[in-house]
Amino acid sequence: MLVNQFLLLGAALFCIGVYGVLARKNGVLVLMSIELILNAVNINMVALGANLQGDAAITGQVFALFVITVAAAEVGVGLAIILLIYRNRQSVDLDEVDLMKG
Amino acid sequence: MEFLPENIAFGILAASAVLAALRVVTTPNVVHAALYLVIVLSSIGASFLLLAAEFVAIVQVLVYVGAIVVLFLFGVMLTRAKMGDDPDLDNPRKGPAALTALFLAGILAYALVDFFQDDKLPSLKGTSEAAITASRGTGAVGDSIFSTYLVPFEVVSVLLLAALVGAIVLARRD
Repeated sequence: MLVNQFLLLGAALFCIGVYGVLARKNGVLVLMSIELILNAVNINMVALGANLQGDAAITGQVFALFVITVAAAEVGVGLAIILLIYRNRQSVDLDEVDLMKG
Repeated sequence: MEFLPENIAFGILAASAVLAALRVVTTPNVVHAALYLVIVLSSIGASFLLLAAEFVAIVQVLVYVGAIVVLFLFGVMLTRAKMGDDPDLDNPRKGPAALTALFLAGILAYALVDFFQDDKLPSLKGTSEAAITASRGTGAVGDSIFSTYLVPFEVVSVLLLAALVGAIVLARRD
């Protein structure tokens, strides 16, 4: 197997996630797109780790596990924030949340 | 590229992941987006198996498919998302967004193909099963987390606690 087939899959998922973050305005869907981006990073971590020899081969897997943990924490806090936005404005439309826009 | 079993498996997994990911970002139904996300995450978990990373694959299914997607479905439910198709999920700037994503894809693909070209992953063929397990199996991951990466592991556990407390503080009603 080539290194590149995994890295290109990661790149494709990353770009789809970027499109989702930019094009969606529903807060929950934006969080889903961020999950796509984090998963693309995980593929890169594991693939590049498998590309190493000897003891270093495990590093990629360990960092992928850390990324999964941080992603879980991020979704928890992110959904709590979306819920708060919904409670205050009766909508999760992120285009309406422009209080900090100059 | 030869048609080895692992390449065929990878092709199927990659195609299902990319197609389902495209549906996640384009479907007009929020619940369907969450279900398509399940397909993406399980395909990625299976492709971890192709890389001999079985613990990451299991954790991917447990944490992502088991917990995060359920969390998303709760989020969909609590924000009273419209059941059925909702045409108002995208903002009007889809064109520039697609342009940005395609531009980024082009740059990334060019850089990756230019740098890695036809580099192959080190083949595990001929290595004994015990040697693979010792160098990159679940036991090796555990050893590594609880020796080399002990401090980051503890920091991540504090981060999870902080996120838990933060989510409760944000979401409680008073």
